[in-house]
Amino acid sequence: MFATHSPFAVGWGAGSLVIENIDFAGILLGGLSAGTVLFIVSVGLSITMGLMGFVNLAHGAFAMFGGYVIVLAMNRAHVGFAAALALGFLAAAALGAVLERLLYRRLYRAGELDQVLFTIGLIFIFIAATVIVVGPESQLLTLPQSLRGQLDLGFTHYRTYSVFLIVVGFLIVAGIWLAIERTRIGAQIRATVDNRRMAESLGINVDRLFTITFAFGSGMAAIGGGLGAEFLGLDPQYALKYLVYFLIVVSVGGLGSVVGVYCAALLLGVLDFVLKLYVPKGGTMFIYVLTILLLLWRPQGLFGRKET
Amino acid sequence: MSVALAPAGAAAAAARLAHPAARTLIRRHHLRWWEALPWAAAIGFYFAFPAYLAFGTELLITVLFALSLDLALGYAGIITLGHAAFFGAGAYAVGLLAFHGIWTEPITSLALAALVAAAIGFASGLVLLRTRGLTLLMLTICTMALLQEAANMAHDYTGGFDGLPNLPIAPVFGVFAFNPLYDNTQYLYALAVLLVSFLFVRTLVYSPFGQSLTGIRENLLRMHAVGAPVRWRLTVCYTISAALAGVAGGLWAQTNAYVNLSALDLDRAATVLIILILGGYGRLYGAFVGAVVYLALEHFLARVYPTAWQLGLGLLLVLIALFAHNGILGIGAMLWRRYGRGRAEA
Repeated sequence: MFATHSPFAVGWGAGSLVIENIDFAGILLGGLSAGTVLFIVSVGLSITMGLMGFVNLAHGAFAMFGGYVIVLAMNRAHVGFAAALALGFLAAAALGAVLERLLYRRLYRAGELDQVLFTIGLIFIFIAATVIVVGPESQLLTLPQSLRGQLDLGFTHYRTYSVFLIVVGFLIVAGIWLAIERTRIGAQIRATVDNRRMAESLGINVDRLFTITFAFGSGMAAIGGGLGAEFLGLDPQYALKYLVYFLIVVSVGGLGSVVGVYCAALLLGVLDFVLKLYVPKGGTMFIYVLTILLLLWRPQGLFGRKET
Repeated sequence: MSVALAPAGAAAAAARLAHPAARTLIRRHHLRWWEALPWAAAIGFYFAFPAYLAFGTELLITVLFALSLDLALGYAGIITLGHAAFFGAGAYAVGLLAFHGIWTEPITSLALAALVAAAIGFASGLVLLRTRGLTLLMLTICTMALLQEAANMAHDYTGGFDGLPNLPIAPVFGVFAFNPLYDNTQYLYALAVLLVSFLFVRTLVYSPFGQSLTGIRENLLRMHAVGAPVRWRLTVCYTISAALAGVAGGLWAQTNAYVNLSALDLDRAATVLIILILGGYGRLYGAFVGAVVYLALEHFLARVYPTAWQLGLGLLLVLIALFAHNGILGIGAMLWRRYGRGRAEA
């Protein structure tokens, strides 16, 4: 069964966020931090979809799994924030690698419908497993002392954690961009996206590349799940609740384009914030209208490449 | 049938007709004995389980909804996760007309529901069907979400989140009234609508139009190359599929006597997609098998063990996607080929 409440009814402002200074800079920062969370969760989805052409609707489930590992490690085992994030990354990456090797791999050549069915089934399994193992209640993230409170930015005061998120998001997009453009494995990924057969015949181990990319994407989703637990909350229905948002970001940004996903996530985050504030009635409607218009204007996404 | 019209003369035509492939081609759309089984089962259900007719009605409506999706997804290969847009459009068309006392006659209401859904399907199809893959998937989801938001915002007319309760629906043919306690009329009415719709869909998919849809699904480039009006065919198919989904939605509104936002939910669209893939898409009866299996499990298992049901459903979907490739009917066809008389029917 699907969630009783749809993502449209909830939206992502449902966390504990309180908007204090309703000035322009504040709105901008709030939107940017929300968009950053969305970017961190979705970036792996964009890379794996661009690379393998796999419709992985269960991507949010890895974010949820990682988020649970992070929050539970902090709340129950009293692990530090950074260590918990690393732990969540490793756990989700390991799970992603195992599932990719055992299950996902078999469906790369299958039709989109089988992929959709498989990944929706996987979401259900994750939901049920989470309810059985942890329980149906939502988990709260306790921020470390150093990230609480307000930060003086010179022109405005804003929540330290939001500023922290924006900085982390920028570092991540810069890091991934450098990794794809400047490293050997990044070159292999680009070659495989361009022409898989040619890449294989040049001796690139495409299978290994898929596993690594998938594991990395799952790990990033986990970080996003943990960092975003404050905005998005964290409960068993997570993967279904925000599925549409993840898909919108990836399709608007363009499959496989890291910079595209970053821009799309920030754009949608800021717009969502602004519209919810100024047009509380039907604020979500604009997101859908905007997505439709953007996709009709550029069906391959803002930064996606035209199909050849 | 084009075989019979070959210009090589009557004798040659007769010789070609004797070819087994030609005979299969011609006989393919003939009704077979087992095609009566679902209908016999539906009538048997009416007499055997009078206490479960509300469930039966829901089942029949779901079959119709899945059948409409099968036309777009299974035959034309239009991958959509927004089919509830048309279900909801039909439901709200019936609901608004009845609630505001404009029109309550059920059969013409259904026709109006089909018309409204078809208009939305045609308009969105003209725009959306230029795209494919993930983009198309997202555009269908967003269209549906937009309609849901619109229904939510037009609170004064649609009742917003609470929906429209207690719809007054006139008796069928002015004789058979809908009784909210006993679902006899609802069940038979839904069954009749489903039968008519099914015969229509069945005729359509075996017609040259249906064949060209299958061609588009199987090989888009070749259909362009042979000069088929691909975009136009897809738009028409999408419109017909939308109209049928609208009928299903209208039926849902009439038999439940209410409409609410759940008619336009992503849950509904995703569930019907699961049902269709579970049963087997592109084979007409997949909608029947999928709906029966899914709803029966949901109805009897989910109420008692919600978590176990979700786990079991998840495992079932994963296993089917990994090993069956075309749902339960796909497994049946595979077994039939392997152990049966060496030829698949369905």
